[in-house]
Amino acid sequence: MRTLVKVLISLFMFLLAVFIVGPLVWLASRAFAAEWRYPDLWPTGFTLRWWRVVVDDPMVVVALQNSATFASLTVLISAAICLPAAYAFSRYQFPGRRFMLVALFAVNAFPKMGLFVALASLFYALQLMQTVLGVLIVHVLGTVVFMTWIPAAAFSAVPRSLEEAARDAGAGPFRVFWSVTLPMALPAILVAAIMSFIASWDEAQGTYLVGAPDYMTMPTQMYSLVLNYPSQVSAVFSILLSVPSAGLLLLVRKQIMGGQLAEGFQIK
Amino acid sequence: MTTGLQLEGLHKELGGRTIVENLSLDVATGELVCLLGPSGCGKTTTLRMIAGFLEPESGRVVVAGHDVTSLPPEKRPSAMVFQNYALWPHMTVTKNVAFPLRLAKRPRAEIAERVAKVLELVNLTHHKDSRPGRISGGEQQRTALARALVQEPAVLLLDEPLSNLDAKLRVRVREDIREIQQRLGITTVMVTHDQDEAMAMADRIAVMNDGRIEQVSSPQELYSDPQTEFVATFVGSLNKVEGRLEPHGLTPEAGLTSAIRPEAVAVVPASSDGALDAEVVRVTPHGHFAEVKVKTLGEVELVSFVTGPPPAEGDQVGVRLGEVWRFRDGKRVR
Repeated sequence: MRTLVKVLISLFMFLLAVFIVGPLVWLASRAFAAEWRYPDLWPTGFTLRWWRVVVDDPMVVVALQNSATFASLTVLISAAICLPAAYAFSRYQFPGRRFMLVALFAVNAFPKMGLFVALASLFYALQLMQTVLGVLIVHVLGTVVFMTWIPAAAFSAVPRSLEEAARDAGAGPFRVFWSVTLPMALPAILVAAIMSFIASWDEAQGTYLVGAPDYMTMPTQMYSLVLNYPSQVSAVFSILLSVPSAGLLLLVRKQIMGGQLAEGFQIK
Repeated sequence: MTTGLQLEGLHKELGGRTIVENLSLDVATGELVCLLGPSGCGKTTTLRMIAGFLEPESGRVVVAGHDVTSLPPEKRPSAMVFQNYALWPHMTVTKNVAFPLRLAKRPRAEIAERVAKVLELVNLTHHKDSRPGRISGGEQQRTALARALVQEPAVLLLDEPLSNLDAKLRVRVREDIREIQQRLGITTVMVTHDQDEAMAMADRIAVMNDGRIEQVSSPQELYSDPQTEFVATFVGSLNKVEGRLEPHGLTPEAGLTSAIRPEAVAVVPASSDGALDAEVVRVTPHGHFAEVKVKTLGEVELVSFVTGPPPAEGDQVGVRLGEVWRFRDGKRVR
């Protein structure tokens, strides 16, 4: 009986793995497939042709540069705006504090496209369509929840007496933040920055709406490539797109497993 | 002697409640004064006003002749040892201790020298490169003390410095702190709720209750000559009896409380001269003495400390009463 349960559990885990890893394996092999049509079980051969198609496309290089630039700028701007807000949320009681915290989160509850359409009409009025600033605003909006909630929880976790001890030792308020609060919250801020980078790197809908065709990033470029090339190209592109995300996630795996992320999403 | 620290009419309210009421206290240079009282008596609030974390509604804090009342904590010549030590976990012991000097922009060589000296003073040289999370509670405590001492503060503030240490360590550490404090001759204010700690360390003790200082005296005087009922009760053990207790009997008197320390109640053989008849109710041995509860004068129960062989429960004995204090409305009266 017990062995049967064990076998069933193993079987279930195996199936689960197949469903999760299977598509990835399929995707990876497809990126190297010369030709692979239904009902063939195996591709007719393997080739690097599709990679060359992608790499040789000058638009892709531009898109890669755009993506890296937008994602980096997004993280910096988001940090500059949200970290002070996060500190205020964690250290000061003010009217509407809880409402604002929840509101930041609630933005993620609406369908993104609806939000972007509303935003677009606003951007037309402000002449922000097809501008770098417009794209950046869209990207930063998508990161606010990470850059506020996670650091706010980390700031709250710094005991007040540690800040007081620094005041007592002769540090002014800014020096206290710089030398005590910030370094202690740094791991969580790093997690928030990486989550924001990934969010910006993967952002497609809003960028397409606001930035295309002048400012194409990797995800938006993928949309046009998918339409113009065989499906192997989109497989190559998917891999290119997910490598930085996966790499960064691996980098902060310890912090995410350690609960920094979970801790961030609590209302206090 | 000059005055190291003067508190003049400090008054503090928090959330509409008076926490500290018109409190004045002078601490001589090099003196250690203990603020002793139950939790919520305002002792920590007072300490935080001295450090500058709280601003008094009225009153002044004067350190070595300089009024610091309006200065923020970082501009005050005081240094505090926090109850939970408040060490910065991302800095090593050395960096923790050096931080105040770096803030003061002292030359690098001077910082290194002063930090090394103070770490040697608190016997922490072997842990100088450890992080606070890697050393014991006692070592963390000494790090916090070193971080305060390295500033060579005009006033050292200790907030329940021993409360997070285990009982055995506590006795040793309080001796260490007292020894260093006396050697450096540093003006010190310490907050504690533990009377043993206050007795063992302080030159003078200020007993606080309900935001006010009840009495400021030497530990001995506080014990043997309490001025209020609160002080008499809070420090040491006490027998309390309603009415006027005298060596030969008890007279009822409204609003008067008599009090006598267990050491002043002597258990003697029955029908001794000048002794009251009594019956032993309970005997609790404590090793080097026994706590003997007797019933006398009808329903009056008194506790006595007996060092010789104690009587047995139910024995008929005599009790001889020593000094009796009397209190009316909490104040000592004749």
